[in-house]
Amino acid sequence: MTGLDIAFDHQQSAHCESGVVSGLLRECGTALSEAMVFGIGSGLTFAYLPFISLGGQPLISYRMPPRSIVRGISKRLGVRMRYQTFGSVDAGTRALDDHLAAGRIVGVQTSVFWLPYFPPDMRFHFNAHNLIVYGKRGNTYLISDPVFEHPVDCDAESLARARFVKGALAPHGLLYYPTHVPARLALVPAIRQAIRFTTGMMLHSPIPLIGVRGIRLVARKIRRLDVRQHDRNKLLLGHIVRMQEEIGTGGAGFRFLYAAFLQEAAQVTGQQVLSDIAGQLTAAGDEWRQFALLCARMCKDREAIDYERLSDIMLGIADRERAVYRRLRRDVR
Amino acid sequence: MKTTDVPQYAVKAYMGLGKALYALDDAGNYTLVRSAGWEAEEIVLSQAVVECERLTEIARVRVANGESSPLEYHMYRNRMDVVVLAQSTRLFRWQVRRHLRPKPFAGLPTRTRKRYADALGLSLEELCTVPVDP
Repeated sequence: MTGLDIAFDHQQSAHCESGVVSGLLRECGTALSEAMVFGIGSGLTFAYLPFISLGGQPLISYRMPPRSIVRGISKRLGVRMRYQTFGSVDAGTRALDDHLAAGRIVGVQTSVFWLPYFPPDMRFHFNAHNLIVYGKRGNTYLISDPVFEHPVDCDAESLARARFVKGALAPHGLLYYPTHVPARLALVPAIRQAIRFTTGMMLHSPIPLIGVRGIRLVARKIRRLDVRQHDRNKLLLGHIVRMQEEIGTGGAGFRFLYAAFLQEAAQVTGQQVLSDIAGQLTAAGDEWRQFALLCARMCKDREAIDYERLSDIMLGIADRERAVYRRLRRDVR
Repeated sequence: MKTTDVPQYAVKAYMGLGKALYALDDAGNYTLVRSAGWEAEEIVLSQAVVECERLTEIARVRVANGESSPLEYHMYRNRMDVVVLAQSTRLFRWQVRRHLRPKPFAGLPTRTRKRYADALGLSLEELCTVPVDP
């Protein structure tokens, strides 16, 4: 078999999708940090979707649905991407090998559960993980998984299984790579548009499950939890914390990552006020962290279970976040 | 969160994997910091794993007592539930639920068993057996 090894500069990042896009752009000679990718791709949100069940728990998401960051970057920065999906495993594997043979690194969507290099306890059925394949040696693919510190290896069979897993958000072997990156990225208007989009969604969502109203709704749900059902409630609290911290969020359910974006945006646009707002969002993120720690400790009975207290913290966070987005909307035009 | 506040609580389940967190350095600028883990993460991760193991063990006993088909055991062992298993086999949920009972499962054609075996990453023989001990 061939030994293909494209020189690629692996960098660890907090989140898989923004990390992959940042890596693909870096390979094209365009330096755009993970935080900028996340912010311009409008990655931040809060969504409570009780009709989508994840292992018996409602879907609670702190980020936009998969692929929206890639789409946001394409739309706002004029980066053209090519997406390929496949009807059969063979076709998908062949296409991947052809790209590597042509010296092209590609982003790949996979399941987490079937990737052997993940620690066993961290594997769960989530089908929208993203990684970069940058080479192949014999029957082993060389992978830059952005949430790992170092590049990893994966045998061809496992990667094929992870790429062609069926079910919710099934990847169908999705490969993607940029075909055209503008020589000069128009960052300032892109930042404005992205901030308008994210703040609009967080403040003025037409459905009460999304944005600041979604946070309030979950806070009210927690207050109303049945005190006779502690065991079941503990699973829900644990689930919220996992969605917030466990799955590569950079801390506090992407709030720190977005604050890092605002800070960088302040430099790019010269609007110092963004840096102040980043500080405010950091404060909200710190409260999310406290909320997570308290939830977790209550799950372990290291702290007395007190739904009122959790609910109050969350309502406080909702107020803080609302102030952040309002200020952003007022000051960024 | 400041870089000095980034938790370095070695979570065993991470097997030495360090996560990247965004934190503020002394000058107040965000940078990426490696975190070995956090108390909160350890608790909720082990909670989820223990819950999966609990369901697997209950299913194992039920299979041994002839109350469930081996499919139920393998479903939980692979951290799935009826929803995920139905999605990954493209069967209806009611079909999967039915196949969790011993009799309907025993009557399944090899074709359908193969679908389950593929989705669970097992061979046909493995799909029809469960271990005696937990």
